[in-house]
Amino acid sequence: MLHIINKSPLEKNSLDTCLAVAQDGGIILLIEDAVYAATSGNAAAAKLSAAQGRLKICVLGPDLEARGMADRLLEGVTRIDYGGFVDLAAEHKCQSWL
Amino acid sequence: MKFGILVNEGPYQHQASDSAYLFCKAALEKGHEIHRVFFYHDGVNNSTRLTEPPQDDRNIVKRWTKLAEEHKLDLVVCVAAALRRGIVDDNLAPGFRISGLGQLVETGIEADRTVTFGD
Amino acid sequence: MAGTIKKFMFVNRKAPYGTVYALESLEVVLISAAFDQDVSLAFLDDGVYQLKKGQQTKGIETKNFSPTYRALDGYDIEKLYVEQEAMEARGLTEEDLLVDVTVLSRREMGALMEEQDVVLSF
Repeated sequence: MLHIINKSPLEKNSLDTCLAVAQDGGIILLIEDAVYAATSGNAAAAKLSAAQGRLKICVLGPDLEARGMADRLLEGVTRIDYGGFVDLAAEHKCQSWL
Repeated sequence: MKFGILVNEGPYQHQASDSAYLFCKAALEKGHEIHRVFFYHDGVNNSTRLTEPPQDDRNIVKRWTKLAEEHKLDLVVCVAAALRRGIVDDNLAPGFRISGLGQLVETGIEADRTVTFGD
Repeated sequence: MAGTIKKFMFVNRKAPYGTVYALESLEVVLISAAFDQDVSLAFLDDGVYQLKKGQQTKGIETKNFSPTYRALDGYDIEKLYVEQEAMEARGLTEEDLLVDVTVLSRREMGALMEEQDVVLSF
């Protein structure tokens, strides 16, 4: 399943709940303000790294770039564009963690 | 693949409508079909033709209208949510239509995939 | 379309009244009943507050929509799932809730979510 998150991890608990609910083998896509979670130095980065073994973590590149964080992307996180977002959504059922 | 799209937030206030638009555009470029874009909650505000952003800003409403024209998209605005917020046929932008919530459920049934954009 | 039955899950993670999402989510749920689909409602995080007993909205001049949750079984919507950890974090037990629910851990909720055809979040 594709889990789409759009909230900063320091503002809302969407990422925490998603990480606890998501089944192994799922994919997490960080868009909009959620991209901050996948940047080095962010307090949420450790839990994201810890989840990398059982979940694939992706980030929407245009949202990362818009926020000036493109050079801070965590290792192991896959950067995709909108076309990649569409591909993921076509391959998996989607849940948006609003 | 046939995508259904749900937009739950209004334009300019939240990025949801921008994200949904860019998703739709990318999906169409890849040859996918958009079964319907359904606007709910404050998302209904994406459909008013009275929107006039400054010239150096994107026109979110016109952008949806243009995409709908080019690809024959079905842009549906929830009637109950619209009436609550003062959106009626008189101020509806071209390409949008007002209809019932059943259209959202129908999209869930008929589309292969439903993707939600909201707050 | 006739005859197609999909598994729909409506995910509620927001408290009532502070924002409109809980009310408008409930409106979709009621409409979905007319389509004879396999409907589940999931209440996670602050969404569990939607089911709290004793809501009195006179003082905020807003419609109290909580009785509608009790009417859902009349629409054959009987699958209501509540996240155990969310209730615990908010000091709630099943006795505090308006309706009978199935309490699931986050893991179980995740497994149930995987079984769905359509997940709509509000």
